[in-house]
Amino acid sequence: MIRTESPTAKGVKLPIYMDNHATTQLDPRVLEAMMPYLTETFGNAASRNHAFGWEAEVGVETAREQIAKLIGATAKEIIFTSGATEGNNLAIKGVAEMYKERGNHIITQVTEHKAVLDTCKRMEKYGYRVTYLPVNKDGLIEMEDLKRAMDDKTILVSIMFANNEIGTVQPVAEIGKLCHEKGVVFHTDAVQAVGKIPVDVNAMNIDILTLSGHKIYGPKGVGAMYVRRRNPRVQIAAQIDGGGHERGMRSGTLNVPGIVGLGKACEIARVEMAAEAEREIKMRDHLKEKFEKALDYVHVNGSWEHRLPGNLNMSFVYVEGESLLMGINDVAVSSGSACTSATLEPSYVLKALGLGDDVAHSSIRFGLGRFNTPEEVDYVADKVIDIVQKLRELSPLYEMVKEGIDLSKIEWAAH
Amino acid sequence: MAYSDKVVDHYNNPRNVGTLDKSSTEVGTGLVGAPECGDVMRLQIRVNPETQVIEEAKFKTFGCGSAIASSSLATEWVKGKTVEEAMAIKNTDIVKELALPPVKIHCSVLAEDAIRAAIGDWKVKNGVKEQVAETAAAN
Repeated sequence: MIRTESPTAKGVKLPIYMDNHATTQLDPRVLEAMMPYLTETFGNAASRNHAFGWEAEVGVETAREQIAKLIGATAKEIIFTSGATEGNNLAIKGVAEMYKERGNHIITQVTEHKAVLDTCKRMEKYGYRVTYLPVNKDGLIEMEDLKRAMDDKTILVSIMFANNEIGTVQPVAEIGKLCHEKGVVFHTDAVQAVGKIPVDVNAMNIDILTLSGHKIYGPKGVGAMYVRRRNPRVQIAAQIDGGGHERGMRSGTLNVPGIVGLGKACEIARVEMAAEAEREIKMRDHLKEKFEKALDYVHVNGSWEHRLPGNLNMSFVYVEGESLLMGINDVAVSSGSACTSATLEPSYVLKALGLGDDVAHSSIRFGLGRFNTPEEVDYVADKVIDIVQKLRELSPLYEMVKEGIDLSKIEWAAH
Repeated sequence: MAYSDKVVDHYNNPRNVGTLDKSSTEVGTGLVGAPECGDVMRLQIRVNPETQVIEEAKFKTFGCGSAIASSSLATEWVKGKTVEEAMAIKNTDIVKELALPPVKIHCSVLAEDAIRAAIGDWKVKNGVKEQVAETAAAN
């Protein structure tokens, strides 16, 4: 992507990337760490009888340490995967298979990523019982609901750490504590949380955790899982059979350069996370304040208090999301509007908050990250405000509301 | 998704945006779609009572770029036509003119519905007995 200097905003290069929940830019320091493993250090980490293999193994084991350190685990508890979709599949299917003698009940919640929800749906076909907990208007599960859902057949609770659309951070420590009291395996999809907010698998009683490289300024196509080895020891049945790599849990030749990059990304995150979060929160709050100052009928989706530093999900009511994106085509953000999805359905996450479809259609997700600048935030804010105002001039709904008409009283001809 | 140049042009320079006095007997108003579906179009026409020619057309649309373009185009096309001529505008004409992709065909259907609803409203107001335009029944 060629980015060129904005003619109007000094120091701002266009297009601006502000969609860091979707993916992140590879940190140059990560690329630097990977380069030798993409070139001369090309060995197979499983080759035990020559130096090429040994060097690759050193790279992999260093990465294991770096990842473990970021989440308070030990290196032996880290399993490499191709990414979080594989990790979530392996966690749920692997636990379900391993613990099927003990029970057949899985608990998850409605705003999980599709990698969890669709895996759970498949497990239902295989005879497992799945409870999908609701969330409140802030996007949080209620601990009482979780307690009530548990029974003597419950083998797994899978609740995400932080949501990819609304940035809502679930009460993971409380969930972990309850699961351990009940002797239930606790898995968390921590793709959006690791490297952004503190994660400690022991303090939070997490048994299995999935993470991904490309969400934390690492490479795509590589991820890792934490699988608890003690207090209690957790086992998962392999879903990919072969050479018995990764303690037999995930066969397949290791993606050495990817793994080295993931390790480096974790190390950078561990050192820089606190300062980075503070910076992102400042930019995020500034963005929100600018919108609230300039526009009426805007509101934040998801809990403001329990939220990822870089996430702002906002509905610009009476403006349809895709038309808004069209007007800010030099800014990369995403929308919960149906028109931007393959299914033509508005975001199921926003609907789960109890928002009307109309509000879901009006939502934009801003995902701030390491490489965003305050100048970019100002540019994006001004641009969005300008386009929202233009589109509201065009919006019959905005006009009607301004005239005092209650839109819910109109009989719309649904199509 | 890439938009056609014509869609982009209507989006950037929408024609005939605005509101006519809906209480006037010369004005017909069509309000179609639903906020839940992500599209609401309001198309209004002012008809010359002597000639039955649509002398003015205005729209406002909540919806994607293709919905905005479809309704903007609809106002351009109905202007200067008689009511009966305007009834002959088909959604497929709009699809063709704007090069809408298959997933956006419903936007053109909604625009056709809006034309018919506006004309229907005008006919009811003026006691013109004929078929009353149906409202949105797309998809």
